[in-house]
Parts: sequence; C-alpha cells; structure tokens
Amino acid sequence: CVAIAGADYCVIAADTRMSTGYNILTRDYSKICKLADKCVMASSGFQADVRALQKQLAARHLIYQHQHNKQMSCPAMAQLLSNTLYYKRFFPYYSFNVLGGLDNEGKGCVFTYDAVGSYEKVGYSSQGSGSTLIMPFLDNQLKSPSPLLLPAQDAVTPLVEAEAIDLVKTVFASASERDIYTGDKLELVIINAAGIRREYMELRKD
Amino acid sequence: MFRNQYDTDVTTWSPAGRLFQVEYAMEAVKQGSAAIGLRSKTHVVLGCVNKANSELSSHQKKIFEVDDHIGVAIAGLTADGRVLSRYMRNECINYSFTYESPLPVGRLVVQLADKAQVCTQRSWKRPYGVGLLVAGLDESGAHLYYNCPSGNYFEYQAFAIGSRSQAAKTYLERRFENFTGSSRDDLVKDAIMAIRETLQGETLKSSICTIAVVGAGEPFHVLDQGTVQQIIDTFETAAEQEDPATEPDAATGQEAAAEQGTAADHGGSTDEGAAPMDI
Repeated sequence: CVAIAGADYCVIAADTRMSTGYNILTRDYSKICKLADKCVMASSGFQADVRALQKQLAARHLIYQHQHNKQMSCPAMAQLLSNTLYYKRFFPYYSFNVLGGLDNEGKGCVFTYDAVGSYEKVGYSSQGSGSTLIMPFLDNQLKSPSPLLLPAQDAVTPLVEAEAIDLVKTVFASASERDIYTGDKLELVIINAAGIRREYMELRKD
Repeated sequence: MFRNQYDTDVTTWSPAGRLFQVEYAMEAVKQGSAAIGLRSKTHVVLGCVNKANSELSSHQKKIFEVDDHIGVAIAGLTADGRVLSRYMRNECINYSFTYESPLPVGRLVVQLADKAQVCTQRSWKRPYGVGLLVAGLDESGAHLYYNCPSGNYFEYQAFAIGSRSQAAKTYLERRFENFTGSSRDDLVKDAIMAIRETLQGETLKSSICTIAVVGAGEPFHVLDQGTVQQIIDTFETAAEQEDPATEPDAATGQEAAAEQGTAADHGGSTDEGAAPMDI
C-alpha cells in the first residue's frame, strides 16, 4: 500500500490481491478502511490481524465520538493507532500500516507505521511486499525534507492531485511487473476538502 | 408511620413486603423534569423538557445517543443517567464488535434491568435514581421500553415520566391507538404536543424542549432547534386559525421537506459538568 500527502489532498492506494505462498486467495479484497470522515488506513500483512485492528479502531472512534461530539482528527487517530499497536507489543498485530488523511487545517498528512506502533509523519510512504520496489522510486520523485530539520519544513509534496494520482498508478503498474504479490486491481482513495472518493485501475493478473 | 423504621438501607424489607429505598428511588424519578416517548411501527420519538438551574446556566442533557439504532431519554438523577448511558454505549459497541450486527433493544434493556437489580440487593450500594426511556429499532421492529430503578422494565406504545407527566400520559392515552400507523412527522408533532401538556401554561418554544427520532433508515439523532421551532409554529398558527387539536395538512406537507433531521447533537458538550443533579 502507498499514500501520498499534498497541500490540500491525500491519496491512499492499495492493490486488491490477497495471496498466501504462491497462491492467490482472491483478486478482490479491499485493504483500505475508512476510520473517520477525513482519515483512511491502508494495511498490508496478515489480513485477519488487519481486520481485527480495523474493528478495534472503529470501536474506539465511536467511543471518542460519544464523548466529544465530533469526529477524530487524523493526527489523533495516528496516535491512537500507534498506542493500539504497542499495546500488543509482545504479541503484535502482524500489520504494516499507512494512515492518510487531512489534518485539522485541511492539509494532507500521511503517517507510516511498523508492526509495533513506531510511527512518523511523512509526505509519502509505502508498506508491504512491493514497498522495496516502490519506495526508492517515490524517494526519487517526491523526496521531502526530514521532519527533524529546523526550521520546520513542509513534508507535503508540491504536486497537484491529478499528478499524484498518476504517480501512484504508475508506481503500482511497475511494482506489479516484478512483485508476485502485487497485481489484479488497484484501489485508490482520494481525500480532499470536497470529501472522499474511490477510483479503481486494472493491474496485471499474473 | 412504620415507613421510617424500615427504610434505612436497601436490604431491609418492611413488614408489608416492600423495599422502601427502592420506592424512594422511584420518587426521585418523579421529581425529575418530564421525558416522553412514543412509537409507531417504524419510528420512535423521544422528547424531554429542558430544565436549567438558572437563567445563566445551560440545561441538562437528558437525551443520549447510545448507538445508531438506540437512544435513551432519562428523568431523575442525571448523573446516574449519564453513567448508565455510558454502560449502554459500551454494551452496544462490544456486541457489534463480536457479532457484527446491532444489539437488539430487548437484550440491552434486560442487561440494564439486571444492573439495576444488583443495586437493590447489595447493602453497600444504592439504587440508581433515574428512569430511562429506551427507544430503539431492531429486526423485530420499533420498541420503546421504560426501565425503573427497581430493575423492572416494561414495553410501551407511549409513555411519560418525570414531573407533571400525568398530563402527558392523559394526552397520550387519548391518542395512542393511532400511533402504530402514524407517519414520522405526525409522531413528532404528537411528541411536542405531549410535552406541551406537561408545561401547563408555559409557552412552548424550541429552547424548552428537545426531540430525538430513530426510525427505519434514520439513525438516532436529536432534531435541531430550528426544525423543532418550525413544527411548533405550525400548530401555534393552527390554534390561531381556530383549528384546535387537528394537524394542519398543508403545512405538514411543507414541513416534511424541511424536516430532514440532521445529526446536530444540540445541547452542547458544555453541559456535562455544568449543573448538578436534576431534582
């Protein structure tokens, strides 16, 4: 899965193939989950753990809404996800996540995680089997300054939404060529001020 | 008389076979400001009278959303009501998590009743001083239940609790046979009229009442003040045109379009700690 953050949008994408070993279990499984109005998570790894994690976060979000009368913001959800993952530090969720959405000011934000909750706010990220092929290419195209630099610099990409979507499609098409676990169909979720929309693109079926 | 000898704690029976502490808890419910509920085959409407301690403070929140398909209106000690709502919300979330489907209302009500019963049989606890009108929709249709502090619960077509609720009950008793087939809008109108009965002379304005609806295809939500005021205006106008208890049909048609109740949970989050118990 991949996510890219822009000035006023965020693109989150994942393929729809579920596989085990050298076999394909299904060509049409969504790895993207909407957690809040402006916050979407894509995960790769062990899908049963991913599903359990999604349900946990959805339940916690409902509790938050009851208590605060509003939806959780993306940075708040990011911290919640990190805590939830670390809670199971000694029997982890086998799930590699990327969280994307709009922050409180409407700017795109992407958070990338490891299996036990270590996370970082970045301008773009990829996780999963194809990431070894995808990440270097994203680095080449979107290299953003480190969030640790001073003075603080914007991590979001200067690309416009259409260009970012195009980049994501290219990147998945390339990964499908060489990675056996990536392919079938690409699901893209685009979040911007107008709301959330979904797009699909066919990928190689082999 | 003897009443005062056997009422010191909840675990003492009176010679007449009564638990006075539990009955006193039910009195607390009668002291709270009114809450009413009515249901049709597909919708349930809850209404309550907003009581503020003084003109300076905001009113207490008496209607709580428990889940998309269940809501509750309380009368009595609102603090107890808040705690019970939190319990109900947790139960709904846990059930959905395990079974991937909404908690049937009847089950929730039984769990609530059992929880209340525990407090009537422990010497170190006191009964909850709040009556709950639980409104919900599940596979078996629309339901309205009343949960007492005693641990009893009953299903109703329409009911009213709290102070001056008898007036509302009388109004509802006259009309309840029509409720099953009522449209959602008529049900809301009846709810507001029932609330008006409890006010006994005070002017009916949207700031003095809160209305919430749950129904088929309509998740539980509180109607916003503007919508409520519009409905009130329709029958105030009707009264001026010397057209007493019947609903004005033309205005109803216009109202239906305007009343797409949005999820604005009015009452605000500032209420939670603001005012003490609702007595």
